[in-house]
Amino acid sequence: MQHIIIGAGPAGVVAAETLRKADPEANITIIGDEPEPPYSRMAIPYYLINNIEESGSYLRDPKTHYSDQNIELVQQTVDKVDVTAKQVTLADGSSRSYDMLLIATGSRPISPPIPGLDLPQVSSCWTLADARAIIERAQSGSNVVLIGAGFIGCIILEALVRRGVNLSVVEMGNRMVPRMLDENAGGLLKRWCVDKGIDVHTSCSVDAISAADNDQVDVSLSDGSKLSAALVISATGVKPNTELLDGTGIEIDQGIKVNRRMQTSNADVYAAGDVAQGIDFSTGNYEVQAIQPTATDHGRIAALNMAGQGSEHQGTLNMNVLDTLGLVSCSFGLWMGVDGGEQAELYNADEFQYINLQFEGDHLIGASSVGKTQHIGVLRGLIESKVHLGDWKARLMKDPTLTMDAYIACTQELGYS
Amino acid sequence: MQKSLNIDPGKCTGCLQCEMACSYEHTGTFNPSRSYIKVFTFHYEGRFAPYTCTQCDEAWCQRACPVDAISVDMMTGAKVISDDKCVGCKVCTIACPFGTVNYSQATGKVVKCDLCGGDPQCAAACPTDAITYVDADWTGYDKMMASASKSLPSAEVTA
Repeated sequence: MQHIIIGAGPAGVVAAETLRKADPEANITIIGDEPEPPYSRMAIPYYLINNIEESGSYLRDPKTHYSDQNIELVQQTVDKVDVTAKQVTLADGSSRSYDMLLIATGSRPISPPIPGLDLPQVSSCWTLADARAIIERAQSGSNVVLIGAGFIGCIILEALVRRGVNLSVVEMGNRMVPRMLDENAGGLLKRWCVDKGIDVHTSCSVDAISAADNDQVDVSLSDGSKLSAALVISATGVKPNTELLDGTGIEIDQGIKVNRRMQTSNADVYAAGDVAQGIDFSTGNYEVQAIQPTATDHGRIAALNMAGQGSEHQGTLNMNVLDTLGLVSCSFGLWMGVDGGEQAELYNADEFQYINLQFEGDHLIGASSVGKTQHIGVLRGLIESKVHLGDWKARLMKDPTLTMDAYIACTQELGYS
Repeated sequence: MQKSLNIDPGKCTGCLQCEMACSYEHTGTFNPSRSYIKVFTFHYEGRFAPYTCTQCDEAWCQRACPVDAISVDMMTGAKVISDDKCVGCKVCTIACPFGTVNYSQATGKVVKCDLCGGDPQCAAACPTDAITYVDADWTGYDKMMASASKSLPSAEVTA
């Protein structure tokens, strides 16, 4: 059995490891197009602040792990996938046959239609190569403009501030991280950042970027501001790298459509991670989530099925956690609530504390919080286990901090043994 | 034989010796707020429930870690954080559906129960045997299954 995995990120690597466990005899090949060993984009912000060396971003020890597991790593760009011949063609002209194929090609930053975005002072922050370019230009004391205060933007934001730059952030939404946090939470984040000396522009977009003297650029904003910057970072979202499957007849929507087994519309081709549009746990709809936990869950489920061990998942839960200069925020599932649902809220703006729980019947279906670091994973547990909260719903409506207590009381035997 | 923590909330008096012992073992101070095991108090029910990582086989935390900072201690089966590798991204803290991996502001890393390398101090400190460290087979398969079927996230079913 020959398994080929295209893409060397978390989804691809976890899939390869799961395949190896499930099928000790199989041939497993990961094909990735970046020059570094398999690494994690999640770690890049920590590389930017010298918290880790570049090698600290590697998913596994490249010297031993893949050879120990007998996983072949190929550094090549895949030019073409032929699902009829069951072959992939590489940029060097060679081709390889597969029995089962996994597309784990991830996503890439989108380029908003802003004049001047192609100037050398403008960078995205997605690859290790991008990170090196940012380190070069984001020197202490220099002016930096960050376009986009979404999840990725906010993670980089922290790293940039720690590098000592003068930072301006431009976000089209009316608050920070609008797709992860509600108005209260996003508002707290903005105030926190402004208090720390960051120039935050919300409900605002970049009209144009133009070259100026001394290797600087001028950035014009829709609110009339003009900023001068040594570096502009564009973090306005990502889109799935689906192009490899164009023309194969495999169903592609926003991402590659996959069923509960992570199988595409072609039985021998699977997809996982940012490129895959799989079932969302909360809505039951096909959605691209582009988050690390989903990537690794996808990789694992895909691999089990590729190895013939039928495994279906009930959908992945959308969730995020963010540390913005020491203020930790997170959200899970349907954090914006549903029609006919109920919510419990604790909002202490002065202390930057916020908890919001969303219920449907006596189930928790979504949650978000700011300023809370203890036991936040239990929000996932409460949502995914669909546990009936019973009396505990009323207690949580009164005091939404009691989520861990509710989980223990609803799932453990508390009585005398 | 591999051992595991067996927690019997019915025997817990809420004395918090386990939290004291755990925080001392891991931070060098008697500071329950930094303990990796927590005793939850249920006033209405008149019960106390110590709770910590069960070192589950699924190891959501380990799989979600982007930098390979969580590994399995082969001797104890514990999922252990490497402080050298942990960057403090907190993805494991949302991935663990039991809420037992937590971020420590004090260290900038995540922390969780590591079974103290095979000599769990919470169990040693517990005066009522509410927390014991016993052969994994003895922690009661039926009890575990009953609790798991209620508490495990339904992330996956095998067809």
